[in-house]
Amino acid sequence: MSKMTFTFVNVLAAGAVALLAAGAAQAQGAGTLAAVKQRGAVNCGVNTSLPGFSSPDAQGNWTGMDVDTCKAIAASVLGDAKKVKYFPLNAQQRFAALQSGEIDLLARNTTWTQTRDTSLGLNFAPVTFFDGQGFMVSKKLGVKSAKELNGATVCVQPGTTTELNLADYFRANKMDFKPVVIQELSEVEAAFFAGRCDAYTTDSSGLASTRAARAANADDYVILPELISKEPLAPAVRQGDDEWYNIVFWTVTALVEAEELGITSKNADDMKKSDNPAVKRFLGVTPGMGKNLNLAEDWAYNAVKAVGNYGEVFERNVGKATPLKLDRGVNALWTKGGLQYAMPVR
Amino acid sequence: MTDRRSGAQVAEKPKTAFWNDRDVRAVLFQILIVLGVLAAGWYLVHNTLTNLESRKIATGFSFMEREAGFSIGESLVPYSAADTYARAIWAGIINTLVISVIGIFLATILGTVVGIARLSTNWLVARIASIYVEVLRNTPLLLQLFFWYALVSEALPGVREAIRIIPDYVFLSQKGLRIPHIVANDIHGWMFALFLGGFAATLFWRRAAAKHQEATGKLRPLFWPTVGFLFGPAALVWLFAGAPLELIKPVLRGFDFQGGGTFSPEMIALLVGLVTYTSTFIAENVRAGILSVSKGQWEAARALGLPNNRSLRLIILPQALRVIIPPMTSQYLNLTKNSSLAVAIGYPDLVSILNTTINQTGQGIEGVALIMAAYLTVSLSISGFMNWYNKRIALVER
Repeated sequence: MSKMTFTFVNVLAAGAVALLAAGAAQAQGAGTLAAVKQRGAVNCGVNTSLPGFSSPDAQGNWTGMDVDTCKAIAASVLGDAKKVKYFPLNAQQRFAALQSGEIDLLARNTTWTQTRDTSLGLNFAPVTFFDGQGFMVSKKLGVKSAKELNGATVCVQPGTTTELNLADYFRANKMDFKPVVIQELSEVEAAFFAGRCDAYTTDSSGLASTRAARAANADDYVILPELISKEPLAPAVRQGDDEWYNIVFWTVTALVEAEELGITSKNADDMKKSDNPAVKRFLGVTPGMGKNLNLAEDWAYNAVKAVGNYGEVFERNVGKATPLKLDRGVNALWTKGGLQYAMPVR
Repeated sequence: MTDRRSGAQVAEKPKTAFWNDRDVRAVLFQILIVLGVLAAGWYLVHNTLTNLESRKIATGFSFMEREAGFSIGESLVPYSAADTYARAIWAGIINTLVISVIGIFLATILGTVVGIARLSTNWLVARIASIYVEVLRNTPLLLQLFFWYALVSEALPGVREAIRIIPDYVFLSQKGLRIPHIVANDIHGWMFALFLGGFAATLFWRRAAAKHQEATGKLRPLFWPTVGFLFGPAALVWLFAGAPLELIKPVLRGFDFQGGGTFSPEMIALLVGLVTYTSTFIAENVRAGILSVSKGQWEAARALGLPNNRSLRLIILPQALRVIIPPMTSQYLNLTKNSSLAVAIGYPDLVSILNTTINQTGQGIEGVALIMAAYLTVSLSISGFMNWYNKRIALVER
């Protein structure tokens, strides 16, 4: 029963950590970069298990889009994508873990909202995945639209924007529902597949992930067409450490910029010989960009070399060739009608 | 000897320096320790507030007045997502109390039965009770809750194939136990009044019977008159009024039954888990209590010609209760606190709702403080009541 989590203790621990570590963390809060270099590893908060975003395999190797964000940061700061220490967190532990200084970076399919940005003491880096909340139901029910869910029982995880959007959506449409709120992802999924709930709601990427990984037969379940919310998923850091925030912001940006420039993990070495000044600046052949971030000049090269550009990260983890089978959709580059738009690295 | 100490010695006492004086030291060290504790407390609070402030993390309890925005699966107080956090937390406290009160009531009954069964002279009954106690007492409660919840949600049929426990009225399915509502009728008020009257009559009858026994040594029947007084008049009135009974039947419409009330699978699993687990400890307390009464008491009762059930009720239990009550208090407290495991199986208790609140507002310290305050209040109330009861039943020395 490794999934057993005694939540009361969790909360107390989180409270105690917040209380005690608030002091300790502040000392190092000013210099997360220095702390990371001294430690020789990036402490990265990830999801406990959400295939496609972050999940460990049998050997304990983590994979997923969020995991690749951690790896990219480790590569650009420490030059080695393996120097990441993963902290699997549930939805309720994640902010306390970041606030208390236990982790340097939260890359855990977390929605960027105004409340979180302002009152939780967080800063969000660029969006790594534009998502929206959807519903999954059993095909047996014959439901074709979320508007037909009046009176349904809905499984949902607590402490998420999902829980709030769900209540908003049913209120706005004057419908009733009964929530079944279970903390552990594996338990809430089990309750849904056992038939306790008529519908399961979370980000549509999460629905695809759950359906692919946990359903006895994925074809028995259908994801309804409505997206009831905007869920921009972004990595977060603590407020008040601009140096570290810059590093996270620009490393995430660099992966998108690499795709715009046509740099991949495979051709990164060849591209160093490119005549394109933007490519030369990006790969550190023309120095300056790394110095601005207090990093080595090959910071972006290391990140792309380790995990690939944004398109590679997407296709490898959640794309058409994976069990999730997601389209690029709004996550395509802006040049291809999507929303991924890198601030210029210059 | 007394003279020498109080007289001569005290007069010539201040020979040593005051910091070596034993009395001064005793007071001084206590003051220092209190100051140290206060300083440590102040440091922690101040440090936390300063750091929260410098990190722009919101503090204070003003969030309680804001709109909560999330729904609660089941609640006895009217609640919707448009209500405040304070109301959501209140709904959580009520849910915790409901589980605790029902759980304590059922666990006490079940535990007493099992405890007595373990002492039974019937080999099979005693063995079954032992196995029940040993299996449930020696496995983790959380595991048992997962087991009961899985049993309820996996083994029960879907809502369309619901088990008809009483056809058309009571259904059991993955969506829980659905029961009909009774439509309120004017006669109900009268029936309740007659029930209260019957209660008074019962007390009167019992007192008279005790007096009668003391005067003449003769016993009057107690059980059937009690039943008659309590329920007889109410039942008669109901029958005379034409036995009005109007029930709102649960009807399957859409995703679920409409009409009537529900015991959710989460609540059922939590109650079953808490009651069976706690009842094993209560059973052991009861068994220990009964065994603590010496065998001579049984024999004396028998020598007086008391039958077994009366000796148990009049001689043994009053003495055993003195041993049973104090550890029973701990079990009641345990059950109340263990109800916080509800989060694991999705029953919206206090901890579950405050967890959500903490996550939506980011105010962990305030949330945990509220959880602690609520549990402390409930626990102290329970022990206060049990201490009062313990004092009341204490053996009166004559």
